[in-house]
Amino acid sequence: MAFKIVTSQCTLCGACEFECPNAAITLRNDIYVIDPALCSECEGHFENPQCAEICPVPATCIPA
Amino acid sequence: MSAPLVPLSGLKIATRKEMKKEGGCAASSCGSKAGPADMDPATWAKVKDHPCYSEEAHHYFARMHVAVAPACNIQCNYCNRKYDCANESRPGVVSERLTPEQAARKVLAVAAEVPQLSVLGIAGPGDAAYDWRRTRATFDLVAARLPDIRLCMSSNGLALPDHIDEIVAMNIDHVTITINAIDPEIGEKIYPWIFFGGKRRTGIEAATILRDRQLQSLEMLHQKGVLVKVNSVLIPGINDEHLIEVNKAVKERGAFLHNIMPLISDPAHGTHFGLTGQRGPTAAELKKVQDACAGGANLMRHCRQCRADAVGLLGEDRGQEFTLDKLPEVIEDAPEAREAYRAWVAEERRDRAAAAAEAVLPAAEKPTLFAVCTRGSGRINLHFGYATEFQIYEADADGIRFVGHRRADNYCLGGHGDSERMDEILRVLADVPYVLCAKIGEGPRNRLAAAGIEAIDSLGQDYIEAAIAAVLSTRSARKGGGAARRA
Repeated sequence: MAFKIVTSQCTLCGACEFECPNAAITLRNDIYVIDPALCSECEGHFENPQCAEICPVPATCIPA
Repeated sequence: MSAPLVPLSGLKIATRKEMKKEGGCAASSCGSKAGPADMDPATWAKVKDHPCYSEEAHHYFARMHVAVAPACNIQCNYCNRKYDCANESRPGVVSERLTPEQAARKVLAVAAEVPQLSVLGIAGPGDAAYDWRRTRATFDLVAARLPDIRLCMSSNGLALPDHIDEIVAMNIDHVTITINAIDPEIGEKIYPWIFFGGKRRTGIEAATILRDRQLQSLEMLHQKGVLVKVNSVLIPGINDEHLIEVNKAVKERGAFLHNIMPLISDPAHGTHFGLTGQRGPTAAELKKVQDACAGGANLMRHCRQCRADAVGLLGEDRGQEFTLDKLPEVIEDAPEAREAYRAWVAEERRDRAAAAAEAVLPAAEKPTLFAVCTRGSGRINLHFGYATEFQIYEADADGIRFVGHRRADNYCLGGHGDSERMDEILRVLADVPYVLCAKIGEGPRNRLAAAGIEAIDSLGQDYIEAAIAAVLSTRSARKGGGAARRA
């Protein structure tokens, strides 16, 4: 159970990195990546996955 | 006629010594309404070298923006930050994103090269208050190296209330908040969503939270003595008439300046408004709303809607000279060059003040517009062929005042004129009888004359106000002093 980032649509703004309660999102080689081992889809923290809530581009942070 | 009027006698610009003594400048149109007279010395000290907050200062001083804050917490229907083009010039657009360390290096390099630099602003390309860690890191690095550079930021206001104490402590003395609506039913049409309290919110709820946080930020900053400029994007059919209410509301809460800017809308920009055919306002529609706000918060009329990585005087962008790959390995700061430049500006202001004090307008002049070609310093010092924009001044018996700028692509392209560009110039100057420039060729002079516009290049290097007064006096004398006799 984890989310992923659709790299081709990502604007690299980094908002998801701030909002992720699990520190699962990092910039690697100029792309943001979600570590599936750390991602909990924000269960226990928030109603909805924070990366998808803040992402400015529709359908860019989606279930893996 | 609602542009702030400054009597001719008030056109003098105080020197630093006089400012301390008399408390305030007396420019043709400072950021503040009548400017100087109603500005206390502490406020003048804050704005006198900030090109955005003082119309008078924008003749002398340069600002730079560094694009360190890409993240944003709201979506606006006029914004698409994915779009990026070096030839585009509008807020939110930027070519090169920088880390705070890279940004600080860039600021050092520009400061060493451009002695006019007085202000560092962070305006995105996202939101400087939401992307606070990067904004703060950048300001901290720059403040440690360049204590004489003022710090300035802009924000949509949603995250601002969380950082007010830090903003004050860090000496960020200018903050711009973009407020496009205070009525949530109107705000709803501009903001599809905001992210607040761990949740994406839409509709009236989103617009209400945003509005409340914006007004709260304005009140808190004003209370702490931070100068706040409010930007509003004029969107025809959505918030045009409403902006008068916005103007009143922000004035009540202490806004120093209100900048009403035209929506920039084009399907090619990929914004919601661009794609749905929402148009921007005409120059006349913009002026109508600006004029209707007279008496409320003071209006900024010299905004050029610059990019989030602009470098230079307003209206010029030297950003491309300072991209990361062009920065020198070793940067030697030159604080003495900035110090010398500021001393020169103090002298210039004194001279310009004296020239303006001597300028006497003939009585009973009807309002006349002048298009001025200038590269700054309040002088006519730019060749007509190199002007990409004209500064428009209006003169009548009450005085001479700056009323705005009009853009036109420059006429001269490496030695030969371009006829289509001349058409554009004639179009934007249709209601302007005089062009004042340092030099002009015979061809363009004749084309202007055929359109009823007189080009005058005999007053090159003169101060703008003095030259305008001279032109009017000559015209009045030519008429046999009729105006004076009637008076």
